[in-house]
Amino acid sequence: MAEEMRIVLRNMGKIDPLKIEDYINAGGYKSLEKARQMGQEALIEEVKKSGLRGRGGAGFNCGMKWSFSYKVQSEQKYVVCNADEGEPGTYKDRTIMENDPQSVLEGMAICGYAIGANKGYIYCRGEYPYVVDILNQAIAQAKEKGVLGDFDIEVRMGAGAYVCGEESALIESIEGNRGEPRFKPPFPPVIGLWQKPTIVNNVETFANIPIIVEKGADWYKSIGAEKYPGTKVVTLTGDVNKRTVFEVPTNTTIRQVIYDFGGGIKDGKKFKAVQIGGTSGGFIPESMLDTPIDFDSMTAIGAVLGSGAVFVMDEARDIVNVVARIAGFFEHESCGKCNPCREGTKRIHEMMEKLDAGQGSSGDLSLLERLGTVMSKACLCGLGQAAPAPVLTTLKNFNSEYQAKLN
Amino acid sequence: MADYKEIINQYKDLPGGIIEAYHALQREYSYIPEDSIAYGAQVFDLPLAKAYGVATFYSYLKVGERGKNVIRICESAPCHVAGAKEVVDALEKELGIKMGESTADGKFALEFCECVGQCQATPVITVNSKPYGDVTPEKIPGILAAYK
Ligand SMILES: Cc1cc2nc3c(=O)[nH]c(=O)nc-3n(C[C@H](O)[C@H](O)[C@H](O)COP(=O)(O)O)c2cc1C
Ligand code: SF4
Ligand code: FES
Repeated sequence: MAEEMRIVLRNMGKIDPLKIEDYINAGGYKSLEKARQMGQEALIEEVKKSGLRGRGGAGFNCGMKWSFSYKVQSEQKYVVCNADEGEPGTYKDRTIMENDPQSVLEGMAICGYAIGANKGYIYCRGEYPYVVDILNQAIAQAKEKGVLGDFDIEVRMGAGAYVCGEESALIESIEGNRGEPRFKPPFPPVIGLWQKPTIVNNVETFANIPIIVEKGADWYKSIGAEKYPGTKVVTLTGDVNKRTVFEVPTNTTIRQVIYDFGGGIKDGKKFKAVQIGGTSGGFIPESMLDTPIDFDSMTAIGAVLGSGAVFVMDEARDIVNVVARIAGFFEHESCGKCNPCREGTKRIHEMMEKLDAGQGSSGDLSLLERLGTVMSKACLCGLGQAAPAPVLTTLKNFNSEYQAKLN
Repeated sequence: MADYKEIINQYKDLPGGIIEAYHALQREYSYIPEDSIAYGAQVFDLPLAKAYGVATFYSYLKVGERGKNVIRICESAPCHVAGAKEVVDALEKELGIKMGESTADGKFALEFCECVGQCQATPVITVNSKPYGDVTPEKIPGILAAYK
């Protein structure tokens, strides 16, 4: 039986999230003090050495990203916390912010010191006004206690656009614009918010920072998978007995997640498929369930870890119908800036609806495959690039489901 | 009801603050009054097209009137398989309107949305952003009663 390991959620249920005294009594804000004594370069080196990789989906080495901004000379830099959490099936950032908001603020302040920024923004999705309240209370308490020093944090609210989770679209949105991704390079660590060097990290990434500073890179690196060390906060949804959130070392397998933590499939039914990483993730069949959930192992089987959402489907589920719904999501969320995605998501949705209605032909399947492959290469941002993944992975791993619905 | 000019003015010194101003308008009216956009453009020194462009880009923002209590039904895949369709049917029947419409008395608006991050309790609806989980058709009248 696999066991939970709480690093990010270490204070969950143990402290009152709205009482900064509780956080401080549990050792909070000691890491920020320690970081300031270490010096910027040693601090960045320590974070780099820990092997911490971004928990927002792209898996980039966190310390390395910070070093890019650190190296740029600029009188103004920014730290941005990505709390847009729009990937369907994901509720881990909400869980972190609701249970331990100060750990996120401390992580941001440590980043601010590392790169030389005195201003931070938390971009929190518009669907979470109750989390915005918690964050604002937490910030007010931190200011009153003076723990953040000269580092200022402001919360900005998203407004229901999934694409704003993409870091350059998020930056556009903070600037008060339509949330359309920018052409890259330049990347945000060099030219970001208001054209200034900007570090965008996920909520979970920031929540990992204080404990890494406290316990050291070597300690962190020894947990979980070698190349994607640490833990991952995972959220279970769909046809499992326990739809719940938990935190596990990254070498935990998909099977352990579903059976040990999720309690297996509901109503005594059999497993059919699991989609991991949110709605843009691949569909995974039974034969691949012994894969560890870490970033690289998932990529190796043609899937992604993504946000850590785990959506389980039982034997009775109609895969073509689910993928058709997902295709509708992408058509709706495409920002429209680039052609392959604006048109492609629409056509994929059309074809999937046709297939779902039992009116598709085998010609549609090859068209879908061709369009999907083009989009994964030609789209401007990760939304359009990943949109075909559910289609392509189900065509590959669950082809019989399509065949059964052909006209 | 507060004047939309007063609401927008509160954000005029906030860099990029037009989205925050739109949120504030929606907290007051439940939607963005059409006329307020021209005023927003003026305050934030933007072309009118851009102020409109921002207001219409985001699905959480609604330009023009809608019902006071906004009911949203998540139709993302996890809620979809958990029975969002039955919840939609029950809501349409209870309120006597279709998705995307508002009730004649101006009390309710009915909309689809994507995942609201409460997927431990699918299917999910929100009323004025407050989430209700594990919703069944039977639970609908009870939930709505609190807003009537
Ligand atoms: C369409 C799209 C949506 C995204 N949504 C999120 C999100 O909700 N939260 C998040 O942290 N990262 C999201 N990302 C990834 C961000 O662009 C970025 O890589 C991340 O915030 C960096 O933080 P990290 O290095 O700590 O992971 C999204 C990317 C794309 C392409
Ligand atoms: S890929 Fe889609 S979401 Fe991304 S920029 Fe192009 S149209 Fe917008
Ligand atoms: S999928 Fe419906 S709330 Fe997340």
